[in-house]
Amino acid sequence: MIHVIAFYLFAVMTVASGAITILSRNPVHSVLWLILAFFNAAGLMVLVGAEFIAMLLVIVYVGAVAVLFLFVVMMLDIDFAELRAGFVRYFPLGALVALVLLAEIVLGVGAYRAGSLELGTPDGTAAVAEGLSNTTAIGALLYSRYLFLFEAAGIILLVAMIGAIVLTHRQRGEALVQNISKQNARRPDEATVNVKPEVGKGVTL
Amino acid sequence: MIGVEHYVVVSSILFVLGVLGIFLNRKNVIIVLMAIELILLAVNINLVAFSAFLGDLTGQIFAMFVLTVAAGEAAVGLAILVIYFRGRGTIAVDDVNRMKG
Repeated sequence: MIHVIAFYLFAVMTVASGAITILSRNPVHSVLWLILAFFNAAGLMVLVGAEFIAMLLVIVYVGAVAVLFLFVVMMLDIDFAELRAGFVRYFPLGALVALVLLAEIVLGVGAYRAGSLELGTPDGTAAVAEGLSNTTAIGALLYSRYLFLFEAAGIILLVAMIGAIVLTHRQRGEALVQNISKQNARRPDEATVNVKPEVGKGVTL
Repeated sequence: MIGVEHYVVVSSILFVLGVLGIFLNRKNVIIVLMAIELILLAVNINLVAFSAFLGDLTGQIFAMFVLTVAAGEAAVGLAILVIYFRGRGTIAVDDVNRMKG
């Protein structure tokens, strides 16, 4: 019973906060509602026993991505009222596409429930082992069978990080930069002079 | 009892909301990026629900990879947004024609 109540609570909250995310006038509010949607989706995932993905969702999305969004929204000085100008004009087309998409998904689920779609059964290579926690089981699978995919995910993150840095890095004119080849080409005889001034007379440099 | 169909319904509603968000906020690219995050969240809910109800962990592994790609996409997308704003002073993307494509 408590399971059902929790499911409906999380589901309704997820859908409602997702709707407010796309309808909100202020993008800062949008980001905050997006965070609420992610929290409730994490709750939905905990309900089916996928604790690891749920915690990952909270850490990665709420901890990193949402903060990134918040940072960019607050950093850019934008007139958001002007950006909402075409909202009403775009609504009919958007609603039409959304309805068609929803109808297609409903038809697909209905066909599955009526038994006319056979999705197949898992072959048992990644079956949930008895007595192992969710995190242990995912770790055992991730570091053996999906090791190369895991490494590829790491490379994707590295490329994204380097890309974001290269894109936003700004070379300013007054910044002092090291010119290594120029430094290495310098010789003592062209950089220093040896003078022997007489007593009482200065040197001109 | 809660079955996999309930989860499919929630995730399909969330997916459709994300698509609708892309259409409604066509000018404001920040909200478009958030709508894409909503779509990826719907996909993740689907993957995790099917994985749990089938007793097969592959779906959860793939949800993790979707999460990775979503994080990278958000980082690069927001970086492009920042340099676009630097050059233009606005983020209205309905008249992006710099590359004359």
